[in-house]
Amino acid sequence: MLLGPALAISALLFAIGVVGVLVRRNAIVLFMCIELMLNAVNLTFVALSRYHGVGGQLMVFFVMTVAAAEAAVGLAIILAVFRHTTSVDLKTNTLLQG
Amino acid sequence: MAETIFVALGTIAVLSGLLCIVQRNALAAAIWLVVTMLALAGMYLILGAPFIAAIQVLVYAGAVMVLFIFVIMLLNLSHGPSDLRGPAAWAGGLVLAVALGTFLLRLGGYDPARLALELTGTSDLSPAAVFESAEQARQLADAQGVVGAVAGPLFSTYLVPFEVTSLLLLAAIVGAVVLAKKRI
Repeated sequence: MLLGPALAISALLFAIGVVGVLVRRNAIVLFMCIELMLNAVNLTFVALSRYHGVGGQLMVFFVMTVAAAEAAVGLAIILAVFRHTTSVDLKTNTLLQG
Repeated sequence: MAETIFVALGTIAVLSGLLCIVQRNALAAAIWLVVTMLALAGMYLILGAPFIAAIQVLVYAGAVMVLFIFVIMLLNLSHGPSDLRGPAAWAGGLVLAVALGTFLLRLGGYDPARLALELTGTSDLSPAAVFESAEQARQLADAQGVVGAVAGPLFSTYLVPFEVTSLLLLAAIVGAVVLAKKRI
């Protein structure tokens, strides 16, 4: 009977990730908080895959691939931004602000 | 016994997740995130998904977090002024998180019987009868091994998403090289 605890832990992890995205300004830490939220969702998929067959585990597989691609491209963007402004702080990167 | 270990690992995951978002040092935050991911890998093992647990350690705790730590060290971000936002953002974030958390935490009351009830609408059927595909998957895992049970559907039912994934990875490789290169 691990379904209830798994869903509760996943909910807590997702909420923590949301707080992190809202209170941090460091772009890399922001990315890590997004990874935390993706992991929380993965836990839900795995917990439910015990009852719905192996499809949930495969969905986790796809989520991980997308997360890896997102991390690679996102960190490359952060590197490019850092080269322009020598900072990854979102407060200093206001070029698109009207 | 398994449930005790599961809850203990979940507590570790939640606590290190909390530490991850409050650490000023980006490198320390990354290390705490690795702890969260390793705890999650242990939870996947207990949930009966050893293949996903291995992938979690190899891809997430290994490759993705190494990439993060590599960039943090390349940009020398370990020391610097605090990047935490002001009290307004904290208040907003906490209100949103508590609302979202309490909404999602109600899912913690779920057990297989209630899941089966909501799926079928009748309480006459036992969870084992409703989720017979899970039982089939378990028998398949016994017969073919854990990786075989995952690989079967991956290369039949989910073949198209799997191939699209390879395209996505190719686009990500090219995009990352183009973005990170100083001059093309």
